[in-house]
Amino acid sequence: MSPLMLLIILLGLSTLAYQIGKKKAFAVGKQAGGTRQLHSRPTYYGALTALWAGIPALLIYGFWIAFEPSVITKIVISGLPDEIRNIPADRLNLVVNDIKNLVTGNILSGQVSPAIQAAADHYRSLKFISSAALAVVSLSLAILGIIIVLKLIKPTLRARNQVERVLRIMIITCSCIAILTTIGIVFSVLYEAIRFFKVIPVSEFLFGLKWSPQMAIRAEQVGSSGAFGAVPVFLGTMLISAIAMMVAVPIGLMSAIYLSEYANKRFRDIAKPLMEILAGIPTVVYGFFAALTVAPLIRNSGSLIGLDVSSESALAAGLVMGIMIIPFVSSLSDDVINAVPQSLRDGAYGLGATKSETIRQVVIPAALPGIVGSILLAVSRAIGETMIVVMAAGLAANLTLNPLKTVTTVTVQIVTLLVGDQEFDSPKTMAAFALGLVLFLVTLCLNVIALHVVRKYREQYE
Amino acid sequence: MTEPQSLKPKLKPTADGRVSRDNRQTVGDQFIDNPRMTCRDVNVYYADKQAINNVSLDIGSNEVISMIGPSGCGKSTFLRCLNRMNDTIDTCRVTGEIKMDGHNIYSNEIDVVALRAQVGIVFQKPNPFPKSIYENIAYGPRIHGLVENKTEMDEIVETSIKRAGLWEEVKDRLDQPGTGLSGGQQQRLCIARTIAVGPEVILMDEPCSALDPIATAIIEDLIDELRQHFSIAIVTHSMQQASRVSQRTAYFHLGDLIEVGPTSRIFTSPRHELTEDYITGRFG
Repeated sequence: MSPLMLLIILLGLSTLAYQIGKKKAFAVGKQAGGTRQLHSRPTYYGALTALWAGIPALLIYGFWIAFEPSVITKIVISGLPDEIRNIPADRLNLVVNDIKNLVTGNILSGQVSPAIQAAADHYRSLKFISSAALAVVSLSLAILGIIIVLKLIKPTLRARNQVERVLRIMIITCSCIAILTTIGIVFSVLYEAIRFFKVIPVSEFLFGLKWSPQMAIRAEQVGSSGAFGAVPVFLGTMLISAIAMMVAVPIGLMSAIYLSEYANKRFRDIAKPLMEILAGIPTVVYGFFAALTVAPLIRNSGSLIGLDVSSESALAAGLVMGIMIIPFVSSLSDDVINAVPQSLRDGAYGLGATKSETIRQVVIPAALPGIVGSILLAVSRAIGETMIVVMAAGLAANLTLNPLKTVTTVTVQIVTLLVGDQEFDSPKTMAAFALGLVLFLVTLCLNVIALHVVRKYREQYE
Repeated sequence: MTEPQSLKPKLKPTADGRVSRDNRQTVGDQFIDNPRMTCRDVNVYYADKQAINNVSLDIGSNEVISMIGPSGCGKSTFLRCLNRMNDTIDTCRVTGEIKMDGHNIYSNEIDVVALRAQVGIVFQKPNPFPKSIYENIAYGPRIHGLVENKTEMDEIVETSIKRAGLWEEVKDRLDQPGTGLSGGQQQRLCIARTIAVGPEVILMDEPCSALDPIATAIIEDLIDELRQHFSIAIVTHSMQQASRVSQRTAYFHLGDLIEVGPTSRIFTSPRHELTEDYITGRFG
């Protein structure tokens, strides 16, 4: 029986168990004088049966699938003739690969010797036994679970509490996975960054003005000594983000004000989803829009008035990134502006304020914390944005604030440092992790501040 | 004084001399001498639904007129017509004539901003701006350009808060947010905010319904004092409140103005059966 088939059968069995358990609960309830005599509602008895049928069997299934290949490989190797078994580990790996290829019917690297043929047969039979055993074990576990729970179903069985406890454990596991992943990412970045800082001092990285990460691969190579001053890179990020915010904040905020205060309902219902489509465009599409349309446009119009614009200008990347961020600002601001109570507007109108006075002096100040929060979230999005700048911003780490020049960003550098074949012990590669760590800390701070500001705003009206 | 409609021949008096429940025309003294505002045949529609039917009513100077009636009878809607607060509702349409100083407030010549400076409104729920107490009061005078310098503004803020009877409680913390005050204080702050613009008429839409009895008593005393300077129209659900603070009372029922008269008479000998039903708690 194939593993997939078995999985489907197990799930089916679990569903069946639910029905059986429920039916049994109704029967038991009837005997005791009505389902009201049961401790829990019949569906909970069904759910308990299903859980006992499913969970142990699925756990066994999971472990089995995870460890089966390595166990079988070990057995096959131990069964090989001595002269093959004693060759070095990397060549043994090739032999094992050959055996596996032979089993699945792929092309082999060499001649099929009788020993390998025998090993492959061995492998095949072990695999068959293993999957048969898995089917028997897991199915009998499932059936055993059903039988035990059916025996246990009595009016006094606290099925609901047990089901809810299991569900709680499942939910806790899910949230733990999310949190542990975050922690894991932080530690992996931190570990590599610390290795980097052992070679390059932190102060040089944070305050150095020259970024040129090319290192000599061989000792005798000349020219590339590597310079890891991250200031130009971070300055480039800030320049592009600043341009992006200069586009996104006014347009996003104004459109949010128009949508929430002036637009009639029909226009709003059409315009809001349309604007949110902007957020759904893949950033890689924005990237080639920036590189192929906006950047040449800026360069050509710049040269018309005699400006020297590089073809990968910060302006092009920043403008397009700003367009991408508009929906973040407008959508969140729209929500907070709508959350300003109508009574405040009425109060201002009642005093004889005009519409624009009401919006400028009452509504916006009241919504300001939320608007600031949305802008901060947008900034952290801009700083972390990768694809647009990879395609539209340059690689040259110029220390400049001129938007018409090429600059590079943290994310671009991380991508270029890690793409392709790299040595994982050279400072060049590890610099990517240091950049990533600093970037992570910056966006983390921005997010924390933004969330804090938004939460403070919420307390005001609830 | 115009002839009261109650004496028109088509009315069918009941056995005890009251106007029968079937009659929807206004009974009592809806017109007075020297009115501050005059409303004639006012109809209000929300989309297709008519909320107010042909209401005619005068609002006098230096009087408190209370508007009572069951929920949904249109009394708040009518109140909000008096300074065009209904303009903010897209589907709302007002016909008829509401005059102040001889001008129809719904005509194109009237600037709604100026109108609302003349006819202020206080809402059911206190709605101070999330600004300081001082700024809450200063906002109105500032947008209307009523003051030239800080000294004048300080003066307006102080007199307004004093008139609203809040000065002793807040004089040391004018820079604190207005939202930090208690409900009753917030409502008095909103009244002070309205007074600061220097209106002639103040509309109050159930100003005490969100307040406890003590705060309510303070505001009721305040309303009585404010009568010296302003005309006040107050919507209330509390008949006791109406009888305590107002000189005239108007009873609304399902969009019709049923009866108007001196408060003392309305609550002792109503002429309309519907009014009697309501004030005796027999309303069904």
